[in-house]
Amino acid sequence: MLRILLLLAFLAGALPAAAQDAFIEALPGLAGAFGTQAEAVERLGAGGDPRALPVLRALSDGQLRKRDTLIILPNGTDAATGQPADAAGAETVRINNRVRAALRGALGRLQLVSANPDERLAAADSVFRSRSAENIAPLEAAIARESVPRVRERQELALAASRLVAPDAAVKRQGIATLGGASSEDARALLLEARATNPDLAAEVDAAVAAIDGRLAFKRAAETLFQGLSLGSVLLLAALGLAITFGVMGVINMAHGEFVMLGAYTTFMVQEALRGIPWLLPWSLPLSVPAAFLVAGLAGAVLERGLIRHLYGRPLETLLMTFGVGMILQQAVRLAFGAQNREVLSPAWMQGTLSLPGGILITQNRLWVIVFSLLVLALAFAAIRLTRFGLEMRAVVQNRRTAATMGIRTGRVDALTFAFGSGIAGMAGVALSQIDNVSPNLGTGYIIDSFMVVVFGGVGSLVGTLVGAMGLGVLNKIIEPWAGAVLAKVAVLVLIMLFIQRRPRGLFALKGRAADA
Amino acid sequence: MSDITAAPAPRGIPARLLIRGAVIAAIALLALLPVLNTLPAGSALRVSDFTVAVTGKWICYGVLALAIDLAWGYAGILSLGHGAFFALGGYAMGMHLMRLIGPRGVYGHPVLPDFMVFLGYKELPWYWLGFDHFPYAILMAMLVPGALAFLLGWLSFRSRITGVYFSIITQAMTYALMLAFFRNDMGFGGNNGFTDFKELLGVPLNTQGARAGLFYAALILLAGSLILCRHITSTKLGRVLVAVRDAESRVRFLGYSVTSFKLSVFTLSAVLAGLAGALYVPLVGIINPGEFAPGNSIEAVIWVAVGGRGTLVGAILGAFSVNALKTWLTSFAPDLWLFVLGSLFVAVTLFLPRGLAGLFRGRTK
Amino acid sequence: MSLNLTRRAALAGLGGALAMPAIRPSFAQGSPIKVGVLHSLSGTMAISETALRDTVLMMIEWANSKGGVLGRRLEPVVVDPASNWPLFAEKARELLAVSKVDVTFGCWTSVSRKSVLPVFEELNGLLFYPVQYEGEEQSRNVFYTGAAPNQQAIPAVEYLMGKDGGEAKRIALLGTDYVYPRTTNRILRAYLNSKGISDADIMEEYTPFGHSDWQGIVSRVKRFAGEGKRTAIVSTINGDANVPFYRELGNQGIKAEDIPCVAFSVGEEELAGIDTKPLVGHLAAWNYFMSVPGAPNDEFKAMWRAYIKNDKRVTNDPMEATYTGFRMWTQAVQKAGTTAVDAVRQAMYGQKVMAPCGYEEEMRPNHHLTKPVMIGEVQENGQFNIVHKTPTAIAAENWSPFIPENASRRG
Repeated sequence: MLRILLLLAFLAGALPAAAQDAFIEALPGLAGAFGTQAEAVERLGAGGDPRALPVLRALSDGQLRKRDTLIILPNGTDAATGQPADAAGAETVRINNRVRAALRGALGRLQLVSANPDERLAAADSVFRSRSAENIAPLEAAIARESVPRVRERQELALAASRLVAPDAAVKRQGIATLGGASSEDARALLLEARATNPDLAAEVDAAVAAIDGRLAFKRAAETLFQGLSLGSVLLLAALGLAITFGVMGVINMAHGEFVMLGAYTTFMVQEALRGIPWLLPWSLPLSVPAAFLVAGLAGAVLERGLIRHLYGRPLETLLMTFGVGMILQQAVRLAFGAQNREVLSPAWMQGTLSLPGGILITQNRLWVIVFSLLVLALAFAAIRLTRFGLEMRAVVQNRRTAATMGIRTGRVDALTFAFGSGIAGMAGVALSQIDNVSPNLGTGYIIDSFMVVVFGGVGSLVGTLVGAMGLGVLNKIIEPWAGAVLAKVAVLVLIMLFIQRRPRGLFALKGRAADA
Repeated sequence: MSDITAAPAPRGIPARLLIRGAVIAAIALLALLPVLNTLPAGSALRVSDFTVAVTGKWICYGVLALAIDLAWGYAGILSLGHGAFFALGGYAMGMHLMRLIGPRGVYGHPVLPDFMVFLGYKELPWYWLGFDHFPYAILMAMLVPGALAFLLGWLSFRSRITGVYFSIITQAMTYALMLAFFRNDMGFGGNNGFTDFKELLGVPLNTQGARAGLFYAALILLAGSLILCRHITSTKLGRVLVAVRDAESRVRFLGYSVTSFKLSVFTLSAVLAGLAGALYVPLVGIINPGEFAPGNSIEAVIWVAVGGRGTLVGAILGAFSVNALKTWLTSFAPDLWLFVLGSLFVAVTLFLPRGLAGLFRGRTK
Repeated sequence: MSLNLTRRAALAGLGGALAMPAIRPSFAQGSPIKVGVLHSLSGTMAISETALRDTVLMMIEWANSKGGVLGRRLEPVVVDPASNWPLFAEKARELLAVSKVDVTFGCWTSVSRKSVLPVFEELNGLLFYPVQYEGEEQSRNVFYTGAAPNQQAIPAVEYLMGKDGGEAKRIALLGTDYVYPRTTNRILRAYLNSKGISDADIMEEYTPFGHSDWQGIVSRVKRFAGEGKRTAIVSTINGDANVPFYRELGNQGIKAEDIPCVAFSVGEEELAGIDTKPLVGHLAAWNYFMSVPGAPNDEFKAMWRAYIKNDKRVTNDPMEATYTGFRMWTQAVQKAGTTAVDAVRQAMYGQKVMAPCGYEEEMRPNHHLTKPVMIGEVQENGQFNIVHKTPTAIAAENWSPFIPENASRRG
């Protein structure tokens, strides 16, 4: 009876005296131990008092302060009376996971009727996880008023989840039926939880779980494919620069990983430089791309003109020399920036997951890395196929002497080609700063994989590099679940080694002697 | 060791004899070290335990460098995975040393090493059987690296994989082995590898005597390998190898079986590396998968480049000088040693393509 | 155990008699006391170990500013073992036999400690090891100032299973494949079994060092959590692999309220490289957090900032363990009146220091410190909000009672 009254009051926005008292009574609990806090939060959420919303929000943001049992809002007023409070000696109210979980449910329930559809959606998701039959009534009311289909869909799932814990078996059955239409691990977990407490409903639950499992199998296959492509795109980025410096020029650059590292540190530097300009800061990552290209490209040009050109035709010596260069670069960065990791922020548009039809979840940052790697590949392809520089580069690769007699300055082309490959490595560093540590050791972990991708795909072939990288990525992810991460990697390495024995020139072999080192 | 390069070349004596004399003198000088180690603490000529231990380690590195030089300098096969053969030999010896610990381990199990007791093994895995016998362990230290090299070489040389491609494949091999050995489930102690050895051939390892014995064993191995390599390179086999290095297809057309020549020298080189590793492990007291790290193999190749590829003495000289420099710098310039070493590698490849030995040769000729 | 000690004592005594590094004639009074610093300054471990080198140097400066120890100046001997385990052994021998250091502070990984251990025992040196580790070891030449598993792992899991921690009934044990995670997880599995959690409710997975692609494993954890029981992650993931792991957790939307993750190797220093907003609420268990209130910690933090001349640099648990160990060593040397290893060892037992964690820690005869256990939740600013701590410092069980092979050691 009281519950219905409360609900009516809640929907109408008018509050009986009893609820007001509940709000005042619950408040001091927020200043207590974690258990007391969680209880107080639940009471505030159940009470439905509009004054609870700013209090709970402030608590969730870590903005709420307390002095003894006095609760002070961020604007300096006493939460109970709304009067300015004496904040001297007040301390921030600290919460833990238990309180945070209660907060999510309470805030969710209070925000079910928010004017903002995104908030309503988040609220529905929160209520979904909070596992309380108390939510049924407010949810039913909210669904009745809901006009946005995607919000209503989530609200119905939340309602089903709440029905699972209702006392009435018929209501429970309704919940099970709805949840059986979902395709998420969360729904499956809730169903199995209900199965443990309701042995009489086991048959229904099992049917629903089986239905979910069918959809999950497809979903998992799709996600494995995505993860493989994502790993492949990282390999592609790391290997693309090498495909040019090694594949086209035949230079074995063991400092390639260090150019990737330089790109990642450039990203860090750009971000730090933009800290003073807040409106530009979210764009620091896109701005880092040309910066990293220039920094790594310049370093590449210096390396080529200063050292490598003296060793053309002696690839193995180049290998040893660039190993030394890599050591120097690593230690230089370590001394300049410190051995510790540097923090590169992710812009908001790269965080979180994207949900596709069928419940397939895709992490945003990985998606962007895939897109980025394809863009870089397209850039490299266009530069080689469509520009004058690319034409000259191909000419020099095919026949240096003839190219020189045609008036091409081969030395300049060599320097530019190497700078271009190094610049691409720098751009890879921008992407890797979003996935891996920005530390002086960043590059070392990728160098061998990159060489394997280039050799597997076919030296000198960009298409081969693309197919090689993506193929190895997907293969790795397919093996991983049953062999473990390490054996999967070992298996892939062995497979490549055997493959190269069969086809020494890789998947997409170039004709002629251009690729002969 | 510096006496080799610094020795002036008196007229009338052939350079070859001079080198031979210098090498014998250097080995004799090295052989004196453990003797000087037994002098009383105050004596001016006394050599510390540390010097003996660290020189012993360099001698093992010298053998590894020799092995790499034999394949690279004479047959043109640049392996970036020789660290793997070295480590496999080391693991074979490490397994023997672990078996000898017996019930003296932390958990006191009569047979199983501590890490196996700990990971819940009930009995010794089959591939650990036999390692309690010293001859078997030494055999395995040669056989396992040799067999792996044979297999890899057979597959690669047959499909005419040469130059850079072969280097990359060997690099991938050592990388794959490193990842595999890091796994605790492999039964090789995972990341910690083997350590805390007690004795070898009945002699407790932490004594001066044991160190001297290992030192002499390493020295004998070095001298023996040098003589063997000298023999190989100065006979017809050596000439064919150099010809393969310089123009493989021509040698093939002349009717030589290039594949089998390359295969035998590569396998022999791996066996030498394995033996070096087997002596290295009791000297330094630990073997772990870090030895498989691709960087280690590249560094070993760089010793050869610094010393001078294609000259046997040069390879040993390179191993000694680079490692001496590293030992010295990691203590006296801990922040800057990578710069010095890195610059050295760059400078040598640019300005001294024939390495330190090239310097010496240039002067005598 | 006692049998083991006497054997080791005999060996070490023999080595000591040969090398005689510590027994100095009296005229050495006034010559500096040498302090070895054996931390990697390059290679993969430099990321963690350089801060410890700085801490030792800071403490040496501090001791010298107070007039040294026994009226003698302290002199650091810094070497770089370069994250290379055989090089650790070589450098340890060099420190003891050539530089003749009186004490060494060093090592981070277990394998580096195992690598130098025979050297320290042979030459009767003295090593202070400042990192939390797997236990199952006790050398008379090493003082362990980090936590043993019972001072970190078990209390953390207890917390997760308690009401405040979310009453976890299913545990995913994720770790880097080396001895510390393997041992810790073996102990935890036995502990969980004893608390009624069956093996079906425990997932265990290992990854290589520096693992950077966590997509598959995080998805599998999500699946593991989808079995209808409250799930938590216990992470013994080491070093560099943590940043991509936490990024993946954040990106796949695993919130601490749903699947809390408690880590034993992630501290303030590691968090400095990550955007912590998506990680709020995930946990770490240590014996010290930079956010510990109180004068001892304020003093420690002020000292560090003054030394490193950078307000942004953080302090962490191994640094605190280094600090505490160093203070204890100076006290023991004062008490013994000499730096001779055998005398200092005896004087170390029972030494007490008011540590920055706000508790008085004591060196027990088992060579381990008593330590409080603290559990902290990650906050947005990269610091930890301490949500639980033990009322007193607890003694270390370096031989875990949850490992059956240790049965003979008990009693």
